[in-house]
Amino acid sequence: MDRLATRFAACKARGRAALITFVTAGDPDVAATPAILDALVAGGADIIELGMPFTDPMADGPAIELANLRSLGSGTKTKDIFTLAADFRARHPDVPLVLMGYANPMLVRGSDWFADQCKTAGVDGVICVDIPPEEDAEIGPALRAAGVHLVRLATPTTDAARLPAVLDGASGFLYHVSVAGVTGKQQAAQANIEIAVEKLKAATDLPIAVGFGVRSPDQAAAIGRIADGVVVGSAIVDIIGSHGDAAGPFVQEFIASLSGALTSFSRETAA
Amino acid sequence: MTDTITLPNSLRAQPDDSGHFGTFGGRYVAETLMPLILELEQVYRTAKTDPAFDAEFAELLRSYVGRPNPLYYAERLTEALRAKAEPGKGAKIYLKREELNHTGAHKINNCIGQALLARRMGKKKVIAETGAGQHGVATATVAALFGMECKIFMGAKDVERQKPNVFRMKLLGAEVIPVTSGSATLKDSMNDALRYWVSNVHDTFYIIGTAAGPHPYPELVRDFQSIIGKEIRSQIMEAEGRLPDMLIAPVGGGSNAIGMFHPFLDDPEVAMIGVEAAGEGLDKKHAASLAGGASGILHGNRTYLLQDEDGQITEAHSISAGLDYPGIGPEHSWLHEIGRVKYMPIKDDEALESFQMLSRLEGIIPALESAHAVAAAEQVAPTLDADKIIVVNLSGRGDKDIFTVADALGVEM
Repeated sequence: MDRLATRFAACKARGRAALITFVTAGDPDVAATPAILDALVAGGADIIELGMPFTDPMADGPAIELANLRSLGSGTKTKDIFTLAADFRARHPDVPLVLMGYANPMLVRGSDWFADQCKTAGVDGVICVDIPPEEDAEIGPALRAAGVHLVRLATPTTDAARLPAVLDGASGFLYHVSVAGVTGKQQAAQANIEIAVEKLKAATDLPIAVGFGVRSPDQAAAIGRIADGVVVGSAIVDIIGSHGDAAGPFVQEFIASLSGALTSFSRETAA
Repeated sequence: MTDTITLPNSLRAQPDDSGHFGTFGGRYVAETLMPLILELEQVYRTAKTDPAFDAEFAELLRSYVGRPNPLYYAERLTEALRAKAEPGKGAKIYLKREELNHTGAHKINNCIGQALLARRMGKKKVIAETGAGQHGVATATVAALFGMECKIFMGAKDVERQKPNVFRMKLLGAEVIPVTSGSATLKDSMNDALRYWVSNVHDTFYIIGTAAGPHPYPELVRDFQSIIGKEIRSQIMEAEGRLPDMLIAPVGGGSNAIGMFHPFLDDPEVAMIGVEAAGEGLDKKHAASLAGGASGILHGNRTYLLQDEDGQITEAHSISAGLDYPGIGPEHSWLHEIGRVKYMPIKDDEALESFQMLSRLEGIIPALESAHAVAAAEQVAPTLDADKIIVVNLSGRGDKDIFTVADALGVEM
């Protein structure tokens, strides 16, 4: 089994949802990123989403947009991101690592080059915000050939008629974007998330992770009761924005609070 | 066996069913927007074959926009260039007077068409991005005409630089939202418009201002702007009894140019030049995506972009705010690659020179965008025989640019 499937299975066996944490590579700079990634793992993150910075992150709210600009402003290059990924893989052989970002930086040297870099660096999956199923004829086959998952997104506007197109070619897990909007702004009503996750579970055996607008341990725990994974991004990125390259301990403390909330829920249900 | 190149039967049959012009175009948007993009395509397909839609569009262009606008023989310009040319040289120059439209540019043609589509889709709110404010003013105008709520996203720097247009938009009832993200210019206002749209997709229609963005925008904007080329066709037949030898238009995103070129793409005798903004020069700051960029993905489509080796978008520069964008419409990328249209860079100082020259020779103050096309005509006309005909698209009037020009010339107003 690959790292993503193994980790989701292990979380399921423990009766808790996987904690999926997002940070932008090179925020605030490349030198500070390994310690922040280690803090995520030490705090109890199950899966790491590493953002590839882009000058024009039009699906992101202010928090992650600023993280992108901080990273690029400090000189982060694509080769640095793959070095960060490969070094992470060496330090944490079992923690799944997913790259998240926009099409242009991923495809600028061609999809085969990108897929090959992912494979070599030990990247397990890729989420590309602006490549819908209709446009993945380039990157989809390249990633699959390299054994890298292409994680698809389902949103509140993805209706029943469209869902099969989203699921066709999806692998790793399915990312449910719980609000029609950008990252880190509104949060979805719990009832709506529950309805959406039910529908997705009926349509696929892939693990369902829920993200966008998840900021607190309570929210994470509530979503963790129904989903296989909970994604937290902007709230972590905000901590990095405040503390810069000294963010590690603060990040770890916050992740531990999220992880604790997910685990204590699983104890409650076990008891 | 020898390799053969299969020529398509028509160059006017693009894009394909999935919205691609060759390798360009497409629908590179977040999943949240895909259902709406697909719905827009359906609505547009139906509207395109509906005589009632066409009739309403045509009537508004006539009675509200003031079409057809004239095709004007610029005799003094022609003669001035002939005076500098060798004997027997110096093509005859016509100007297509898009600047005489209501709101002073070609932008309104597209806005009327998209507002009609928004109404068909039951959307009562419209948003748009704007650079100098021309598309913002045109959108605010049609929003007033159709009784729609309107928000205009405009870079904070542009809000400061273009105060008259900001006030115009407010007078027309629009809300102007200053964009402070990124470099606070046109591309960032497009980012923020997309961010707003993805969050309000249930009740909001995005009126994109140029022939770019996700499919079907490049196609429908082109179709709405094709009124320019269609009118030229009949007007030049009436004036000269034949098609022109050359068309020249400025290209930022390229909506006025594609609208002018498209009806002539299958006429091989008609040459076409799209004029890119070379800013301070192609080796310095510029906005010439074809001459100085490479294929990439931004704002929903694959097209030529100004970018670095990592695919990060680099800042564009042109004295003309309307050309100050790091990309270009995907159909232009395709026409460039197949060689049907030639693209030519014109620098800030050349455009500035032509801005003044046209004002003095013809009594027409052109938009700085259009002045780029006039500058290209100045360079090309003297190389052609005197019996050749060039049509230049005078896409907008220059009133909005007088502050910029005065500043560039060191004149205090």
